[in-house]
Amino acid sequence: MAARKSVKKTNVSGDELKQFYREMLLIRRFEEKAGQLYGMGLIGGFCHLYIGQEAVVVGLEAAAEEGDKRITSYRDHGHMLACGMDPGGVMAELTGREGGLSKGKGGSMHMFSKEKHFYGGHGIVGAQVPLGAGLAFADKYQENGRVTFTYFGDGAANQGQVYETFNMAALWDLPVVFVIENNQYAMGTAQARSTSTPDIYTRGEAFGIPGEAVDGMNVLSVKEAGERAVAHCRSGKGPYILEVKTYRYRGHSMSDPAKYRTREEVQKMRSERDPIEQVRDMLLDGKHASEDDLKVIDKEIKDIVNDAADFSRNSPEPALEELWTDIYA
Amino acid sequence: MATEILMPALSPTMEEGTLAKWLVKEGDTVNSGDILAEIETDKATMEFEAVDEGVVGKILIAEGTEGVKVNTPIALLAEEGEDLSALEAAPAADAGAEAAPAAVEAPAPVAAVAAAPAAPETDTSPDWPEGTEVVQTTVREALRDAMAEEMRGDDAVFLMGEEVAEYQGAYKISQGLLEEFGSKRVIDTPITEHGFAGIATGAAFGGLRPIVEFMTFNFAMQAIDHIINSAAKTLYMSGGQMGAPMVFRGPNGAAARVAAQHSQDYAAWYMQIPGLKVAMPYSASDAKGLLKSAIRDNNPVIFLENEILYGRSFDVPKMDDFTVPFGKARIWREGTDVTIVSFGIGMQYALEAADKLAEEGISAEVIDLRTLRPMDLPSVIKSVMKTNRLVTVEEGWPQGSVGSYIASEVMQQAFDYLDAPVVTCTGKDVPMPYAANLEKHALVTTDEVIAAVKQVTYR
Repeated sequence: MAARKSVKKTNVSGDELKQFYREMLLIRRFEEKAGQLYGMGLIGGFCHLYIGQEAVVVGLEAAAEEGDKRITSYRDHGHMLACGMDPGGVMAELTGREGGLSKGKGGSMHMFSKEKHFYGGHGIVGAQVPLGAGLAFADKYQENGRVTFTYFGDGAANQGQVYETFNMAALWDLPVVFVIENNQYAMGTAQARSTSTPDIYTRGEAFGIPGEAVDGMNVLSVKEAGERAVAHCRSGKGPYILEVKTYRYRGHSMSDPAKYRTREEVQKMRSERDPIEQVRDMLLDGKHASEDDLKVIDKEIKDIVNDAADFSRNSPEPALEELWTDIYA
Repeated sequence: MATEILMPALSPTMEEGTLAKWLVKEGDTVNSGDILAEIETDKATMEFEAVDEGVVGKILIAEGTEGVKVNTPIALLAEEGEDLSALEAAPAADAGAEAAPAAVEAPAPVAAVAAAPAAPETDTSPDWPEGTEVVQTTVREALRDAMAEEMRGDDAVFLMGEEVAEYQGAYKISQGLLEEFGSKRVIDTPITEHGFAGIATGAAFGGLRPIVEFMTFNFAMQAIDHIINSAAKTLYMSGGQMGAPMVFRGPNGAAARVAAQHSQDYAAWYMQIPGLKVAMPYSASDAKGLLKSAIRDNNPVIFLENEILYGRSFDVPKMDDFTVPFGKARIWREGTDVTIVSFGIGMQYALEAADKLAEEGISAEVIDLRTLRPMDLPSVIKSVMKTNRLVTVEEGWPQGSVGSYIASEVMQQAFDYLDAPVVTCTGKDVPMPYAANLEKHALVTTDEVIAAVKQVTYR
């Protein structure tokens, strides 16, 4: 995979690059703010940040069409922002407030949006994989031409239900893109210590599911791969696997000191492969934007995130009656 | 304006920590993501990163300081060009005040139960209008008819499970459905309970109304994470945005001579879960009427059948659309001396015992709960207020049984009406043995129900 300065030239438009820059920066700044609010005690429990992995969801959302579905694990803030869910609603859910997307009852790991076709936010490692195939099953049953992006990590890739799902998804030609976000660590266990084969995407071969590895630090590579996968699924050929090689800069959750890797390893990734810096360089080198243009975007994003944080602090805690609602439909 | 850097909470339980080491000094320029300090929590030493960019103005807490409370200002960050000397008199932090929302007062306990309630209102209407023609039907046929009728009425309803299609059902419950509805809606799955329970739950999120057949509920233990964590909890976790309208059904409890791993009653397990509904019918009319209600319900329903009852015939009304509501018990037999409460195959022992007790002049009222969640406790309490004595009957194990829940509720709601302690008849507290004689003793028996009734009636 290419180092930062040698990114291949593409014919991507300046507007599109700016959009990628904006969307990835929103996730980055949102997550930094979430970390800050966590440190202040405003966010409790588990909080898994997406910093470093921004290119994965932003690239794949660029390959999606209106009506396509997405489902992921508990590291879900980036996915929600990338599919257009309101940053204030997400942040207010993190602070457990009435204005949160789940009215404060789901928290960081359990958020949903019917409107944006986002089906969670699941706290049990690997559970979202059959659920995502089930969404695709419903789409196929309803013959609506939709595709489901089912995200899971290199850790979840060792759950048995993933392979039960691969089998049925292939057997029934379900229109599902399995996106393995390989950030190289299953909590604190490096991939080499948890996974018998280095290339997880090849595990679909046993079920006849095509797959490929993708540079997950390069949003353009992710988008291109996403388009191939979606075209495959939408044409009725069944599931497709993308193993997107990425990296999380922060610990597994807020309380993870990340002693299982060196500071140099993280710094090297940040300085050489950062997905946002790559797009920033493309914008500047390609004369699509000036430093001042980017400062304007930076300011816009900062304002959005600050507004979200303000909303999440000012929204009241849920009314006590909420304890007893939404148990039965 | 200077920004205060506060002592962070680095774990869900951290209240204070040690500022082990500063990695920046006053005057340093920092960017978002730079590591400012190392902080020791009760669990680990963590690196603390900068969120904002700026110049480190003042370090307020020296390295090595122990017991620094979360949210205490530890440094001041100045914007570029800001006068550092002005930072001396920085205002005290007020962030701590808002950090932990004040503990809310607990809600008042739900309607504290008075000792002597008025007899509760209960629905005692008959299940079908008087004079309706009835047809002797097996439980097996009743279940099939219920699924077929609902599948005719709603294209979103489909059946999936092992051997449900071409084999016509391992217990022949789905006989004829493949022929009528085709392979799109009657789907043979591989033997992969965890996976297909998850796929079905996802399909329910996606707008379908799946019926999942487990060949037996013993195998649903492989799938229980999806039943509980995915299907039952999503409506709540999504703030009401989406849930799982679906049915998980199949035979539950002991069959005959299949031993420990294939003979377990899960009634008490599933009954505990908020977000699930649980039905456990005894008769064919209840099997049909409740299954139709279950398929129409917008919540996940656990539908516990029984292999031994599949071949049993009962009257089923000949009606275009016969349903039985959830949460309405059926009084099979009225009586005055004792109330016997049961459900599912337990009803067989309850009714046999009542017949024999009648010969001895003991009048038993027999109530079939039919659904365990919601549970028609008012009908039980109303009956106990009349008979003053209660026996519960089930095949499941004693500890944490359905009967223990009923006994505790009756004690709390109608203590003054009880003339004897409640007796709960259950299966024995052992894995199911294979040997015929041992198996018979492991199950609850009619004789034990009779003995329990005599115990509570002091005969």
